[in-house]
Amino acid sequence: MHYNWDWEIIFCTSETEFLWLFAKNDCLQSYFYWIVTGFGWTIAVACASWVIAITVGSIVGVARTLDNRLLRGIASTYVELFRNIPLLVQMFLWFFVVPELLPQDAGTWVKRELPLPEFWTAVVCLGLYHAARVAEYLRAGMGSIPQGQTYAGYAIGLTQLQLYRYILLPVSYRIIVPPLTSDFMGIFKNSSVALTIGVLELTAQTRQIMEYTFNGFEAFTAATVLYLLVTFTVVTVMRVVERKVHIPGTITLEEK
Amino acid sequence: MFEQFDFHVIINAMPILWDGMLITLLLAVVAIVGGIVIGTVLALMRLSRFTPFSLVAGSYVNFFRSMPLILVIFWFYFLVPMATGQALGGLSSVLIAFTLFEAAYYCEIIRAGIQSVTRNQINAGLAVGLSYPQTMRYIVLPQAFRNMVPVFLTQAIVLFQDTSLVYVVGLKDFLTAADLVAVRDNRVVELFITAAVVYLAICLAGSLWVKKLQRKYAL
Repeated sequence: MHYNWDWEIIFCTSETEFLWLFAKNDCLQSYFYWIVTGFGWTIAVACASWVIAITVGSIVGVARTLDNRLLRGIASTYVELFRNIPLLVQMFLWFFVVPELLPQDAGTWVKRELPLPEFWTAVVCLGLYHAARVAEYLRAGMGSIPQGQTYAGYAIGLTQLQLYRYILLPVSYRIIVPPLTSDFMGIFKNSSVALTIGVLELTAQTRQIMEYTFNGFEAFTAATVLYLLVTFTVVTVMRVVERKVHIPGTITLEEK
Repeated sequence: MFEQFDFHVIINAMPILWDGMLITLLLAVVAIVGGIVIGTVLALMRLSRFTPFSLVAGSYVNFFRSMPLILVIFWFYFLVPMATGQALGGLSSVLIAFTLFEAAYYCEIIRAGIQSVTRNQINAGLAVGLSYPQTMRYIVLPQAFRNMVPVFLTQAIVLFQDTSLVYVVGLKDFLTAADLVAVRDNRVVELFITAAVVYLAICLAGSLWVKKLQRKYAL
């Protein structure tokens, strides 16, 4: 196997000596800068989607535990629908199909005037995809709380809203921290699917460097290291969070 | 909205979509079988008392589990031709990438399955004079696999959905075939909705089957 590793292509050090980001010559567009912006987009997509995933996932997860059959049916349909269609197909549906099916005005607005269309489409798609998973974890978490707590809540005169607000939700969020952690790492990995609709995140930039320079392995290695770094950071941070919020005397749910 | 939905486009595209589906199924089957075989070896290594084995297997699993599948596909797509010195074509490099990637996930499933068999059974096996490999082969693994059947199938459904990602290297699987027709006939709406419905039907049938098995295999 013959491959000439040439890190200078990425870092552009020969001309600029560590000043790659602010270089005066051609290195302003050094490939390292591409990787940095790509990494930035990866983080932006993942974090923005995570906000949607938690919000929508909580609503759907709660709806799945309610007595109202209609709401429960809608929530289960949502989960089955979003879990059984591949993420890439969902990405295409949101990007190519949904604007066509919207009423004329809204469709035109999405196609012409929405700022950063690829980014927001990817965020909505990833967010709603992971929301289905969050909903499942939350439902499982609430299912693991003994019925006695619900009865106790009603017995001291709480309304259903108060019961969810003060007893069921706080406890189940604390129980489901471990599966949520692995899902948060999953959202970083899945954000790479956004490259198919043109978001220039880390993997996309890496592929571009490969196509421009034919020295793709340096770029692939850099991306690999960055993804490992993300995983490591998330795991380390969440381990602290997990210990902080762990309910004494309980066994946490294993991931999936 | 749906007024212009043209079913003829879909009927005409059937042969191409079917060829794509065959590639998708090939990918899924090879990755599932290969993943389970390599995954079992990795799981046994990971649980082994010999530290270098468990260290290697542990790093392998953690490494692949923190990589996006697309990046792994790219790695192998460019690495395999370079390592072998000749162009093998996209299919074989993608098959290798999928098998190695899924092996990491199957390893974790199998490890959890093996650990669900109580320690006492291993001790009992050793006490009646079986060797450690025999204990694994005749006592632990049969029970572990029985516990794992539903999880295996769930992972198989996830894997089946993941095969659509070979789109990024242009391999003609089901989704890529749909995309090609969509662009050729300028019928994006019809083709992508068809693709979504087909995936949904297959995966939904799969998850219902898993639910049934879960009831049947519950010990």
